Amino acid sequence: MKKLLKTTLSVLAGLAISFNVLAAAAVTLDSANTDIRDQKSLQNGAKLFMNYCSGCHSIAFMRYNRIGKDLNISDADVEKNLMFSGDKIGETITSSMSKTGAEKWFGTTPPDLSLVSRSKGVDWIYTYLHGFYKDESRPFGVNNKILVNASMPDVLWELKQNKSAEDFDQDVRDITNFLDYVGEPAKLVRVDLGYKVLAFLFVLFILSYLLKKEYWKDVKYGKWRAKD
Amino acid sequence: MDNNKSWIDQRFPLTKVWNEHLAEYYTPRNFNFWYFFGSLAMLVLVMQIVTGIFLTMHFKPDSANAFASVEYIMRDVDWGWLIRYLHSTGASAFFIVIYLHMYRGLLYGSYKAPRELIWILGMVLYIALMAEAFMGYVLPWGQMSYWGAQVIISLFGSVPFIGPDLLTWILGDYAVGDPALNRFFSLHVIALPLILVVLVFLHIVALHTVGSNNPDGVEIKKNKDKDGIPKDGIPFHPYYSVKDIVGVVVFLMLFSAVVFFAPAMNGYFLEHANFIEANPLKTPDHIAPLWYLTPFYSVLRAIPPMFGSQFPGVVGMFAALLILLALPWLDRSKVKSIRYRSWPYKVALGIFVVSFIVLGWLGMQPVTPINALLARVFTAAYFGFFILMPWFTSIGKTKEVPARVTE
Amino acid sequence: MSGQEIDLKKRRFLTNATSVVGAVGVGFVAWPFLSSWMPSARAKAAGAPVDVDISKLESGQLVRVLWRKKPVWIFKRDSSTIANLKTLDAELTDPNNEEDQQPIYAKNTYRSIKEEVAVIVGVCTHLGCSPTYRPELGAADLGGDAWKGGFYCPCHGSKFDLAGRVYAGAPAPTNLIIPPYHFVSDSLIRIGVDPKAS
Repeated sequence: MKKLLKTTLSVLAGLAISFNVLAAAAVTLDSANTDIRDQKSLQNGAKLFMNYCSGCHSIAFMRYNRIGKDLNISDADVEKNLMFSGDKIGETITSSMSKTGAEKWFGTTPPDLSLVSRSKGVDWIYTYLHGFYKDESRPFGVNNKILVNASMPDVLWELKQNKSAEDFDQDVRDITNFLDYVGEPAKLVRVDLGYKVLAFLFVLFILSYLLKKEYWKDVKYGKWRAKD
Repeated sequence: MDNNKSWIDQRFPLTKVWNEHLAEYYTPRNFNFWYFFGSLAMLVLVMQIVTGIFLTMHFKPDSANAFASVEYIMRDVDWGWLIRYLHSTGASAFFIVIYLHMYRGLLYGSYKAPRELIWILGMVLYIALMAEAFMGYVLPWGQMSYWGAQVIISLFGSVPFIGPDLLTWILGDYAVGDPALNRFFSLHVIALPLILVVLVFLHIVALHTVGSNNPDGVEIKKNKDKDGIPKDGIPFHPYYSVKDIVGVVVFLMLFSAVVFFAPAMNGYFLEHANFIEANPLKTPDHIAPLWYLTPFYSVLRAIPPMFGSQFPGVVGMFAALLILLALPWLDRSKVKSIRYRSWPYKVALGIFVVSFIVLGWLGMQPVTPINALLARVFTAAYFGFFILMPWFTSIGKTKEVPARVTE
Repeated sequence: MSGQEIDLKKRRFLTNATSVVGAVGVGFVAWPFLSSWMPSARAKAAGAPVDVDISKLESGQLVRVLWRKKPVWIFKRDSSTIANLKTLDAELTDPNNEEDQQPIYAKNTYRSIKEEVAVIVGVCTHLGCSPTYRPELGAADLGGDAWKGGFYCPCHGSKFDLAGRVYAGAPAPTNLIIPPYHFVSDSLIRIGVDPKAS
């Protein structure tokens, strides 16, 4: 038996090693540290996204008026500040860039970003937006740390030039936060609802536990036939 | 009221069924924690059926629209996100509950005579459930849905002689595509659920015919009072119905915590790559089935191709499932419960559980030389548990089983 | 020992309390499922107000647009049609629009904001067919000289006048529905939104 235990342990140790090797191989991402409850950040992120990103990237599963409702922006303000394509307020947000044009300019179609926060994660988005550096060999003169040879120009360079490092970092964080929201709009309500559901279930748990205890007195004291 | 009842009873055995299966169904009084999972499995089945019915109202089983229709449910349908998360979390919860339920059977020898048929029906249920879950996972038509389906279905192509034709027949096309999605949808929403419900019914009928086992492995029917009621039995209703309600509420609390706070469970319940629409031109870096299928996926990968064919691995994978059916006849021990078993069984069960978990974990990892070696070791351990069972259940000293259940 | 006694009152109370709270829980759970049958955001977006440009619409001409998946007729009435509408009261089921089939601002003889421009939901109030536009006076198949122009439902023969009011004796019980609408400008109608309260 001891031998078996020993083998088991050494095998588990082997597992741990292989796991560490794997973890080390992954690219390290900076923590985005976003807060989906920060409505100001989401509003700013929405504005920045619509101004700097939506020209090329769609978020085709998202509707303008949903953003307005969720982020507490009036329809009029959404139309004035967030809509540039002559769409209707209830429509989804699709880029006006034509597919063939995109292929010609970037060599590829800019991906839809509706779910990028769910497939890549917020840390990835944050690190990516921060990850542009000068590289004259690339068509737009920039390359990216974590998405090597990305076809995207550094669209935020203007912001980076004109703002303090902290303010720019906050902008990047706000765009990331907004994309997190876009990935799952229900996230805004589900956590709060979760606490309520758990509180309700806790009450039900107390009651059902007392009920069980009461009935099981019969079993405990050997008089179950005394039930009414 | 009484009149009404007798009117029904004259035409339908309502009171009789109620008594036979609830109010006068005598259940051992010493059930512990492990005995919650049968009723919980029923609860999850009902939840999956109800949420599934509502998802079907909005889902489009069409490769051009399926992915978008899931996001439509998540965003545009009122409360659609909740219904979808209940269903996706329910799938994983189903397997957690079922694995614990099966482990209970191993702990207390619930598969041993006279309950062999209950075990077999349960195993068939388990296999049907895996098929159900696999097909359900294809429906959202994300990258993992698509490539997972591609990999798993390709296995059928390795069957000697008929493989390629079989593959084409299953897919109705030359690769995974619209026909596969459409037929999986049909199987997932109607055929397999019907089979599951019938099997659950049979499972319970068989159980109620022989009566429940218990942590002591004592047959309570051997000790009856003068009215013919087992001395160690208590009516299922109200005692176990109120107890199971407590179990249900605790389960729902854990379940809700996942649904509301971590529905993707960091990629274990909803894989990250599945939020990218299926793309036949681009394979994700790393394909792994969902966690509940990975032990068997590991077995598949552990067995090397022989004679230029992947078929031995496929046989191994199905053997790993089917060997469970033989369990009642492999176990030669005179006692049922782990409480009175000899030490070799306890050790073997421990190794088996570790093997199963490690194989499950390995199935989610990329293949590396060390992983491949580990998978082989633990695959051997997995099969060893069954093949050596007639031997290690007949050696060692068992403790004496009491005549009555213990407190 | 008092703990051993079975307190039936307590038992009943706990049974009831657990049942009631459990039933409330089931009610909570039912709500999302029932709500999921309401029009989705997509359906609402598709049912958004529709703008119709009537600058090129000629007298007697009728255009159809879809609003909330239903046909809406917009047509111009000339002065003789307007005059005729006042003479039909005796033949109609509800000439004065007592039934609530129109917004308050269309509760008049012409059932419209402007008497020359009609906006009517083209769905028969009998069983939901869409009546055909029959503006010609004295159509032989619709009663000859008595026919002052209107709509004829091919399904069950209901007749409506050019304000969408139903003729007595038709299977349709009420007048056609007037949707909420307003004039954004003289030539632009927005269907689906009431005029701002002035």
